[in-house]
Amino acid sequence: MSKIEKLTAYLDGIGLVGPGLDNWSAAQPILAGHAAYESRPLVVAAPQSLPPAERRRTGLAIKVALAVAQEAIDAGQLDARQLATVFTSSGADNDNCDAICKTLASDDRSISPTRFHNSVHNAPAGYWGIASGAMAPATVLCAYDASFGAGLLEALTQVAVEGAFGFERGGTLLIAYDMPYPEPLHAKRPLPAAFGIALALMPKRSAHSLARIELALSDAAPDTLADPALEALRRSIPAARGLPLLRAVARGEACGVVLDYLVPLSLALTIEPF
Amino acid sequence: MTPVLLSHFTATSCLGYGNAATLAALRLQRSGLQPCQFETAHDLATHVGEVAGVDAVELPAPLAEHDCRNNRLAWLGLQQDGFSDAVEAAIARHGRRRVGVFLGTSTSGILQTEQAYRRRDPVSGALPEDFIYRTTHNTYSVASFVRTAFQLEGPAMVVSTACSSSAKVFASAARMLAAGLIDAAIVGGVDSLCLTTLYGFNSLELLSPEPCRPFDIERKGLSIGEAAAFILLERPGAQLNADAVLLLGAGETSDAHHMSSPHPDGLGARMAMAAALQSAGLQAADIDYLNLHGTATPSNDAAEGKAVAALFGNNVPCSSTKGATGHTLGAAGGMEAIISALALQQGFLPGGVNTQQLDPAIPIQYLTANRDSVPRRVLSNSFGFGGTNCSLILGRAA
Repeated sequence: MSKIEKLTAYLDGIGLVGPGLDNWSAAQPILAGHAAYESRPLVVAAPQSLPPAERRRTGLAIKVALAVAQEAIDAGQLDARQLATVFTSSGADNDNCDAICKTLASDDRSISPTRFHNSVHNAPAGYWGIASGAMAPATVLCAYDASFGAGLLEALTQVAVEGAFGFERGGTLLIAYDMPYPEPLHAKRPLPAAFGIALALMPKRSAHSLARIELALSDAAPDTLADPALEALRRSIPAARGLPLLRAVARGEACGVVLDYLVPLSLALTIEPF
Repeated sequence: MTPVLLSHFTATSCLGYGNAATLAALRLQRSGLQPCQFETAHDLATHVGEVAGVDAVELPAPLAEHDCRNNRLAWLGLQQDGFSDAVEAAIARHGRRRVGVFLGTSTSGILQTEQAYRRRDPVSGALPEDFIYRTTHNTYSVASFVRTAFQLEGPAMVVSTACSSSAKVFASAARMLAAGLIDAAIVGGVDSLCLTTLYGFNSLELLSPEPCRPFDIERKGLSIGEAAAFILLERPGAQLNADAVLLLGAGETSDAHHMSSPHPDGLGARMAMAAALQSAGLQAADIDYLNLHGTATPSNDAAEGKAVAALFGNNVPCSSTKGATGHTLGAAGGMEAIISALALQQGFLPGGVNTQQLDPAIPIQYLTANRDSVPRRVLSNSFGFGGTNCSLILGRAA
């Protein structure tokens, strides 16, 4: 068997939402070091692509996930129906989880059907399917603080291997997102803010390709960010562990990037921006 | 896809601990479903497939922070059929960094949090000191538990796509093997009874008041079960035993239809089965048995039946084993892959239990009795909430 080991893909679109990082184009000069980072409460729109009935049922986690997914698709001028998706999150809809646990601890355990179907870790993937019409494969992952790394590894493996298996695939859209828990769970799992990164990873270079990415497993120490506030985000929110990758693309210079994964492993990336 | 060997596997469910107990129950067409006495959920008129003795399981001291029902069930499962020894042997062959852990679960150890919410501080509302989120409630908990238990240093993750979770891990592991990132993978699923799923399915009016009756004209919904299913996957060597079981294909699709209802014609399900056939390089006529998702809700069975009939007609014997095990949710894909592997090795097709009168509107060849027959290739369906579908094809080496 031929071993690929180094996984390669082309980055055709980026989506980003975080506190003080409204979207990829607004964040690019900040991550490149040309503009100062200022933390502000996160702003995210309700997903207009969902039918009104579904839109009403979406909480913050789903809004963040769908917003970055759509931004990446639009940026790459891609057809969402052709892309497999990898969603990854440490906790999915954490407000919903708290509401269910409160109800189950009360005298009346009737939880609403909407609360229940939003409780599954794959709820954003389900809403994305309804919004985009994509019947392509969707997988949904969790690896606690290593969730971004696990998602990137899965997505790049899909792009590399499905091609090797000879399947016609449009590529894979990675969507990493997190949101805070309310108390009392917040004290046990303090996630300070919602955050989302989406990367459209394609098997072939196109006119919209921003960079070529190569990935290998490593045990090098993960990169940190020079700005203390951005570094705090990277350390405290699993989805934000992907920020060093975005910084490299924002700077536009070929470089190596090491991302956090499961100890003792890290992900060593080679980024060649176009 | 490149075939992958199921070099070892073990299943623990309400049918019993390990493969021999599972096989014996299937041979006798015995159901493990009982009236629900789980925890404090005594007000629900439903049956559950509860694994006996989970509360009494004690985790080794180094794994104590992972203590919760889901990881106790995982530990119980790992002790059966020499599975832990097989993993240690694989580690010796390949190294700690070359063995991945890819497990499915839907609710992980959330029971721990449900119970902790009852013990909130009456003044501050704080959760109790002894509650640990990371290693119990968090969705990754069971993969962390298994990776820690075997001191592994390779890739790991949980797939959580509701009821297709532990089918999809096979596809992920096969890709990582093909990419050369790993040489072996522990896959499967662990899902355990909790209040969220019991009261949640109750809110959707999907719980059957009687033991579930898949594909019965009077089916009234599902019975929830729990299970630990573990499979060790490796690249097949040059020499394989005749009864070795291989993963030949996997197909994944999304319904893009509704959060909790399947596509009425089972379109996503049909595409998943077709994709699995394509990835295995097989035709519908090459499949000898279908292990259906078959949850026994009126709409799920109708949709899956349409999908199966569209691809296979009524030519292929099929059944749902959820009348025996209950719906083990995030563990169902792994559990039913093992049942499919047992069918391949033992030469029998398991008949569905509890089904009294088949729904005449579903034109498939549904087995209600066991059939002695040596299948060469079987297809197993797992479809989840939110419309995530996965079909696996397993086959005998010879």
